[in-house]
Amino acid sequence: MTIFALCDCNNFYVSCERVFDPRLIRRPVVVLSNNDGCVVARANEAKVLGINVGEPVFQIKDLIKKHDIQVLSSNYSLYADMSYRVMGVLRDFASRIEVYSIDESFRQLNQRDRDLSGLGRAMRTEIYRQTGIPVSVGIAETKTLAKVANHLAKKSQTANGVLDLTSSQYHDCALERTPIDDVWGIGPRYAKKLIAQGITTARQLRDLDLKWVRENLTVVGARTVEELRGHSCLALEYCVPAKKSLTCSRSFRRAIENRTELREAVSSFTVRVGERLRSSRLAASVVTVFAETSRFAAGHHYSNARTVSGCATDTTSELLRRSLACVDAIFKPGERFKKAGILLSDLVPISPLTGRLFDEPEWHRSRALMRVVDRINANFGRDTVTFAGCGQRPRWQTKFERRSPRYTTNWDEILVIA
Amino acid sequence: MDETTLLDSGLMTHALDLRPQAPIKLIIQQSTAVLCPLVATRVFAGFPSPAEDWTEGRLDLNEYLITHPNATYYVRVAGDSMSDEICEGDLLVVDRACEARDGDIVVARVATEFTVKRLRKRNGQMRLEAANPAFSSLILDEDSDVEIWGKVLWSIRRH
Repeated sequence: MTIFALCDCNNFYVSCERVFDPRLIRRPVVVLSNNDGCVVARANEAKVLGINVGEPVFQIKDLIKKHDIQVLSSNYSLYADMSYRVMGVLRDFASRIEVYSIDESFRQLNQRDRDLSGLGRAMRTEIYRQTGIPVSVGIAETKTLAKVANHLAKKSQTANGVLDLTSSQYHDCALERTPIDDVWGIGPRYAKKLIAQGITTARQLRDLDLKWVRENLTVVGARTVEELRGHSCLALEYCVPAKKSLTCSRSFRRAIENRTELREAVSSFTVRVGERLRSSRLAASVVTVFAETSRFAAGHHYSNARTVSGCATDTTSELLRRSLACVDAIFKPGERFKKAGILLSDLVPISPLTGRLFDEPEWHRSRALMRVVDRINANFGRDTVTFAGCGQRPRWQTKFERRSPRYTTNWDEILVIA
Repeated sequence: MDETTLLDSGLMTHALDLRPQAPIKLIIQQSTAVLCPLVATRVFAGFPSPAEDWTEGRLDLNEYLITHPNATYYVRVAGDSMSDEICEGDLLVVDRACEARDGDIVVARVATEFTVKRLRKRNGQMRLEAANPAFSSLILDEDSDVEIWGKVLWSIRRH
């Protein structure tokens, strides 16, 4: 029998900020999404004030004032580096881990390790000691159960951050206390369906008839039920599966009302996503662009998307031709666009030698140019050379007004101590 | 060795870097900013280089200064509470994984601020001592809101 441990950082973004700014300790803190729009992370002290993830910051203005809540822009350079450190410490415990997200990773434990919670506590202590990030560890026979254990380890006072569910007497109780929409693999749609049937806890889900589950929740649901019963169906995934699509989207600081500005914004996203495409050695044939007005404005909401496909390509100039054609189809005068994005799909691997049947010389010139541009930008910094269509001083650009210093990735911003 | 071990040991980045024009996205880490070839890459048309078999990686300062890459942070010094040992503007290499002992210089969190001081443990009592006599020491007891954040391994000063 295999045993899984899920190690999950507590309120990761907030914890990263607290490592370098002690003024944030024991105070309500929230971190905002791109453009300082919505809450993406909360300290426990902010959770108890009733602030939810996804809440637009303007809707909690009064709460922020009343409780002196510390509001920060997201500092992704810091979070990425701290994540890398946390995963690095975990790799000292087990050479193979599955990094599931920026703040979560799975590893397998041996049954020989008799003191499983002791091992969990050691991981927790060591990660805190080396990085300053508090984590919770859930241990169980399947990944889905390890998730359940982790949730409870975070909530329960007695667990103190580590919960081992392999001693079966706790199983029923743990599943009883897990609401159906907290179960890994049960999306909001299935959760709604199940709640309508009176199934509100993980325990009820586990005890359902498998045949019924397969008919109503497909094989994916059945797999979740099997996992809740302690039969492992999901193994660790060490390799990142090949990307199926690439996307880049932003909400704008200020609404965009003219065509040129929308074209500039989408051009910038296209440049970004083109760089990622080439660094993954992929080419895309399908380009989709979407744009929408504010969801929070009363009444009217306009949202549209267009797709253009063609030969698989990895050059920004070709991607731009397609994405700008989409923009022209989507743009409507009088609409106040608050968000737009680009999605590349139908990705295929590509090599420097991949040819073209018709515009061969042009194609090779264009790809050689992209290689040069990418190298210049890698050496001298992002957007040293870029496309004029991206605009000069874009007013729509992402705002990070309250971003903390990039303490670990930029020499000019490291911690200064008296 | 599997891929993770290779990456951890730094061999993987070396190996990748030998490919021409590889647009590698290096994950930010403190290791080896200066990558050196493990093998001589130039091929001589005439005689083979007599040094071929003796090529080694160049000396790497990171290797010398950093013991625990995941736990190492850099800090800039402001103020003169530790002068003349540590001066304003010095760059400190701080290791959170090392246990701080009596006599070590540490970065400590005192309530809501950070400070650099020498840790003294005597007769069960702990103190944070300034090197500069103009500053007073801080005596720690159970009630003090103090955490040793990391141990200062190196201070780097440009002369």
